[in-house]
Amino acid sequence: MAAPMPEGLPSTHVEKKNKKQKKPSKRYWEKTENPDQRKPGEEQSKDAQKQNKARPINRPLKRKKFEGPEQEKLDPFPGVAPVPKERLQKFKRGEKYKWHPDTLRKLKTAIKFSETVSDLAQDQAARFDLLLPEDAGFLEGDEDEDTCTISQDDIADAVDITSGSKYFNLDLSQFGPYRLDYSKNGRHLLLGGKRGHVACIDWHSKDLMCEVNVMETVNDVKWLHTEAMFAVAQKRWLYIYDSKGVELHCIKKFNDVLKMQFLPYHFLLATASATGFLQYLDVSVGKEIAAICTKMGRLDVMAQNPYNAVIHLGHPNGTVSLWSPKQKEPLVKLLCHRGAVRSLAVDKTGTYMVTSGLDRKLKVYDIRTFKHLHSCFLPAGASCLSLSQRGLLSVATGDVVQVYRDVCGSNPLTKPYMAHRLRGQVCGVAYCPFEDVLGIGHGQGFTSMIVPGAGEPNFDALDANPYRSAKQRQEWEVKALLEKVQPDLIVLDPGELGKIDKATFEQRHKRKVESLGFDPLGKEPFKPRAKKKGRSSAGAVERRKKKVAYEDQRDVIRESVQEKMEKQKELEEKAKAMELEKKTALDRFRK
Amino acid sequence: MKVKVLCRNPDDYVRETTRDIQRVPRNYDPTLHPFEVPREYTRALNATKLQKVFAKPFVASLDGHRDGISCIVKHPKSLSTVISGACDGEVKVWNLSKRECLRTVQAHEGFVRGMCSRFCGTSFFTVGDDKTIKQWNMEAPGYGVRDEPINTILGKTVFTGIDHHYKEGTFATCGQTVDIWDEQRSSPLRSFSWGVDSFNCVRFNPVETELLASCGSDRSIILYDTREAAPLRKVIMKMRNNTLSWNQMEAYYFVCANEDYNLYTYDIRYLDIPVTVHMDHVSAVLDVDYSPTGRELVSASFDKTIRIFGKDAGHSREVYHTKRMQHVICVRWSADNKYIMSGSDEMNIRLWKANASEKLGLLSAREKAAANYNKKLIEKFQYHPQVKRIATYRHLPRELLRQKREQREMKLAQRRKDVNIRKHSKPGSIPVVTEKEKHVVAVVE
Repeated sequence: MAAPMPEGLPSTHVEKKNKKQKKPSKRYWEKTENPDQRKPGEEQSKDAQKQNKARPINRPLKRKKFEGPEQEKLDPFPGVAPVPKERLQKFKRGEKYKWHPDTLRKLKTAIKFSETVSDLAQDQAARFDLLLPEDAGFLEGDEDEDTCTISQDDIADAVDITSGSKYFNLDLSQFGPYRLDYSKNGRHLLLGGKRGHVACIDWHSKDLMCEVNVMETVNDVKWLHTEAMFAVAQKRWLYIYDSKGVELHCIKKFNDVLKMQFLPYHFLLATASATGFLQYLDVSVGKEIAAICTKMGRLDVMAQNPYNAVIHLGHPNGTVSLWSPKQKEPLVKLLCHRGAVRSLAVDKTGTYMVTSGLDRKLKVYDIRTFKHLHSCFLPAGASCLSLSQRGLLSVATGDVVQVYRDVCGSNPLTKPYMAHRLRGQVCGVAYCPFEDVLGIGHGQGFTSMIVPGAGEPNFDALDANPYRSAKQRQEWEVKALLEKVQPDLIVLDPGELGKIDKATFEQRHKRKVESLGFDPLGKEPFKPRAKKKGRSSAGAVERRKKKVAYEDQRDVIRESVQEKMEKQKELEEKAKAMELEKKTALDRFRK
Repeated sequence: MKVKVLCRNPDDYVRETTRDIQRVPRNYDPTLHPFEVPREYTRALNATKLQKVFAKPFVASLDGHRDGISCIVKHPKSLSTVISGACDGEVKVWNLSKRECLRTVQAHEGFVRGMCSRFCGTSFFTVGDDKTIKQWNMEAPGYGVRDEPINTILGKTVFTGIDHHYKEGTFATCGQTVDIWDEQRSSPLRSFSWGVDSFNCVRFNPVETELLASCGSDRSIILYDTREAAPLRKVIMKMRNNTLSWNQMEAYYFVCANEDYNLYTYDIRYLDIPVTVHMDHVSAVLDVDYSPTGRELVSASFDKTIRIFGKDAGHSREVYHTKRMQHVICVRWSADNKYIMSGSDEMNIRLWKANASEKLGLLSAREKAAANYNKKLIEKFQYHPQVKRIATYRHLPRELLRQKREQREMKLAQRRKDVNIRKHSKPGSIPVVTEKEKHVVAVVE
């Protein structure tokens, strides 16, 4: 390293020079590049370089290069702002690759590159999360005030007018009890009265889109992929109407339907019938994809798993079975209750299932492991269950609807979060997507109840947009149809397609045998050569065959036997050594 | 009681006027986007199908020559200019964007054997069967002026190929010897020969500009340094090479088009084994050219097809053929990496897209983004059997397909035979020779 002397000299020289020179007045076209400002900077950089040689580089030293010595303030928060770990965790997809010692170099670089890209995407998504415009709702009681005692009227009074108007009752005592369904973006409401009254409403603006009486028993109603069409399960057959109430189709293949579920990404309408059939209708092409005879009797309890599009059916014998359209047998059968299953609900992430049965119990299952998490006893039993987007559980018992918080998890149910008494027996409950609203269909009509904190506050407009225009809806419909997921891809783990297909050797071999028509690895059976002078008699041939029989295995067997013998020997030797070690001093007297 | 209920102001979510674009608030929460993988897979499958639907690679055919095209040269500065030489000694200058011939010159008697343009783009050189090297001005002469070469050199023997130095005013020809010429002189500066009676191709290295490679008729590839008196190194292969081309980005690689239906990529640092053997042609490969990015190469073959290979792919990603295209003699990749020019026996120059399904012309930002996204999707799901089947399938004419199967059969038979020989001889006496090692006879220093 150089001595400090030569370093000191030029600086004094420069200062002198500066003193001699008159400072020219600053002109507007001149930037801050004054000689006296710059020179010390350079010196600084030299100094910094020197220091850098002595010790490892650190950031603030480098920065000095660009800043003058006067503005030596360091950035108190250097680098990019950190993102909280929990938020990053939310956007995590899959595990990182575990490095294998003999991973190929090319593969290594490819994996590293893709991992950096996905890390970047995860980070950006997590950062974007901060910019989301809306916050979720909540309800907190005062001290020693129970939130479940707060009435709907009080809530409606306390909040703003628009939100207050979300609590309303529809008095429809003639044709009840009512089933209901909200469209995927939460904008439209479909009501179906048991005695034939079907109505659809744009419930934000409260304008009635259509109202018809089908003059037949209505078992269930369901929106199809858009608000332009809905399906109604009537007394005998399944009907499809458009939003004006015009009958589009009567599907006679689907008879005695009791419950329906629509799988929006697959464009499948799954129906469960009184005859024990689970049928799938592809609404984009109008074809029946699958008809599965469950052999479990009347199917009136049904739910879909929104995470993997598997249909859950509840049965009178207390079991819950999971179905996919391409399999004639249930994927899984779970014994959940001592009595019949009354209602089912599956949460958005596909992790938890809530069931209620005639044994008046409410049970929560983890459906990744199919394990029972906790249960509670409800005195009246629950007839209808529904889970909201943010995990609130609504339980209808008789004419009371209770809402529970923190159901999904290992801690057991305590007291309800909210409760509401209605005038009639509850027949259907459903949360409105992206709103803090619970729709309740009952014997005396329909009630829309405010449940703060139920709905997801921020929607994704490319997926479900409550405020979409007609043009946007058309665009979305085309896009959605283009990426319609095939029914074959309904499996328990929807991410399976993105995983490595580790076909075992046996599988690959089997495939090869199938494609070739013969076994390429199989040995030709030994054919003894024809010999003369009577040596090709049947007995002799058999004897010769016996000589070569299992020839290929003989070596293996011989080796394994030898190995075994060696091991045995070793063990024996070890035992002997142990015995020797056990010798005590008194052993010498032993004969 | 404290309560907050979700209440959205529609003004935040709906556009203000009808002239606005629609508002699209996003939320990237994965739970709001279920079936990520199956939906992406469906998109990938659709993208693959669309790629096949839009795969229309043929752009134009330039006709006008009265004999088979023997060589094509790109203009070093202008994308739209291409010069072609035919077997009747005619040279034509083309404008690709207008698809018309700008100029026709009767350059030689007999074949135009080779052409090259000067690095500055002011003139080009031709060699022909009449033992001459002619230098031509790139500009067409004025009206009424006869088209005369700037310079003519009369050689002693027939020249079969020519290439120009990338920086200086020297060029190299090949014939019975490889000669290095100065543009100002009428006799070669230097002549190289290494026990060969004729050469058929010579190419300057684009980066290490003094380096030169040539293909000889004794099945050899010889490397030279123009500053040295003697050739550097020689690789002898089983069959003759027709042409070679240097990778312009990684200039230590070159690829040679061989008579044995294959192409071989060599690394000049390790000449004893080719880096990659590109197989798929079913007849002799006549010409080869690297893309300007150095990631891909295009080859022309006697089997009437053009194939595009990845830089280190053993098999081609694309095959171009038409009913009317005969033996393809020369092929060039355009300097903007978008087109391929091929000259064939039946007097036509054909213009192809380098990427068959690419949309031509200006793309809007959204189109570009969509194309990129689709490309990535296809790449991501390329190993899924459905996607793979659609993406890799290429229709081949029946005759070609038959030949391909025949080749495969022959290869399998040979392999079987080798295995059998090895099985029935003393263990270790017959070494395993890989496909790469098989085709090189020797490397001579």
